[in-house]
Amino acid sequence: MQIYLPIAEVSINAFLLLGLGGFVGILSGMFGVGGGFLMTPLLFFIGIPPAVAVATEANQIVASSFSGFLAHFRRKNVDIKMGFVLLVGGIIGAAIGVQVFALLREIGQVDLLVKLCYVLFLGIIGILMFFESLRAIRRSKNTSLKRPTKKRHNWIHNLPFKAKFRTSGLYISVIPPACIGFIVGILSAIMGVGGGFIMVPAMIYLLGMPTKVVVGTSLFQIIFVTAFATIMHATTNYTVDMALAVLLLIGGVLGAQVGTRIGLKLKAEQLRILLSLIVILVCLKIAGDLVLEPKELFSLDMGIKH
Amino acid sequence: MTLLVSFMITSNAIAERLVAQLSKEEVAITANFDGSEIFIYGAIKHENSNKTTDPLEVVITVSGPAEKLHVRKKSKHAMIWLNTETIEIDSAPSFYAVASTGALKEVINNTENLKYKISIREVIRSIGNPATIQNPTDFTEGLIRIRSENKLYQDLDNSISLTDETLFATTINLPSNLVEGEYTIRFLLARDGKVIDQLSTTIPVNKVGLERWIFDLSRQQPLIYGLLSLFIAIFAGWLASAVFRYIRI
Repeated sequence: MQIYLPIAEVSINAFLLLGLGGFVGILSGMFGVGGGFLMTPLLFFIGIPPAVAVATEANQIVASSFSGFLAHFRRKNVDIKMGFVLLVGGIIGAAIGVQVFALLREIGQVDLLVKLCYVLFLGIIGILMFFESLRAIRRSKNTSLKRPTKKRHNWIHNLPFKAKFRTSGLYISVIPPACIGFIVGILSAIMGVGGGFIMVPAMIYLLGMPTKVVVGTSLFQIIFVTAFATIMHATTNYTVDMALAVLLLIGGVLGAQVGTRIGLKLKAEQLRILLSLIVILVCLKIAGDLVLEPKELFSLDMGIKH
Repeated sequence: MTLLVSFMITSNAIAERLVAQLSKEEVAITANFDGSEIFIYGAIKHENSNKTTDPLEVVITVSGPAEKLHVRKKSKHAMIWLNTETIEIDSAPSFYAVASTGALKEVINNTENLKYKISIREVIRSIGNPATIQNPTDFTEGLIRIRSENKLYQDLDNSISLTDETLFATTINLPSNLVEGEYTIRFLLARDGKVIDQLSTTIPVNKVGLERWIFDLSRQQPLIYGLLSLFIAIFAGWLASAVFRYIRI
């Protein structure tokens, strides 16, 4: 069944969109990522204009992350206090990121820089996470009885403005989480993603939060940052396609519920190794697009303001 | 220009006139719009039935709203393919189809093609390219190639049927990725490679119903539109969560 999208101005099969939403939704619920890093490139691929894809994706992530967040919230797997600290940084970052994006558009290299950002961040995070999870699995096999509960004391613990994050079981400064939120905010505006794939590893490895809490807390922050981005895109670029968003989010919210339940059944290390493999795969695909000779050397850019 | 054209036509001793009709008055883009077709037909009035040896030919062009755009070209720098050259096209139709009774090159001679801007290459206008661009025509060809693959530019040689040099008919297929606006349909009557009569009409292509409502809201009330999009997203997220909890208990 073909459906004509009013803002994107293209006709796409509705079931394809539902399926894409469902697939990405499952990942979203499993890993606490918005799924934007997968969905945005997929939307480009099926012929949605990039500007519409980025903006609509922000809207869709609101839905899938809210659905996933509720599922985690009921299980008390959300550190609301930590979420707010991340959020303050995130909103400031997103506001700056939108300005950076506009600047890059002027130069006409936004496409390249977005792709380079993807390759760089997905590559680093994917590889780091993959090897860390492998080590964790080996460790749990060797000494299955004693779980290493050694508190790591590094420079992060010497910063001021310490606060108690009861749900995470942490007593740390609010500066590192606010900074993480800020960086994620910038990247989410530039890359058209929620930023979970950066935030989740950062919370685990930099802040030392327990994996179970990380997913729900990350979703909490993503809801607000992507909602902010949706409004910004709708009012400045008119690129949010409501019909496209509805189709994606029907699949997305259902997928997120299924994904959350799958995620609860898997061990944290297995979850991380799976996510790292997906991240590496997407990274390689985008890197390939940059390095291999494209079939069509020319491209059209209709976004010229009259 | 118009004056010149009418002069040429009236000065022609053999007067043939075109009469044309479209199968529909507008193209409505609905939610399940998946392309459309327009059946175009008409007749040639022979006012002076002075038979000459050269046969009559008909050319029909359909063009969508023109727009300004950039064509970018990639080249390899330090292992990476990136956009290095850009030219600005001042005006290119978002849709363009040329149908003719024979091969366009034989039906219309080159001078007439230039004068009446019939083939797609004549319609695309680009002026003042930077001197650093070596082959600006490559960019135009790239544009034509990309749009042809998406069925937005169509060369339809031998696609008009002409019966007894009087009745003609053709069908133009409009793809699903159509842009809104007034589409212009031109009819040209030619003999011996020269245009002897022309006629043009327009057909509106418009979004209707829900499509219309969503589009207008997004442009006229962007903040409300954005908030509504958010509300739908939050509601859908909550609904899915609630439904699943209900099922699982």
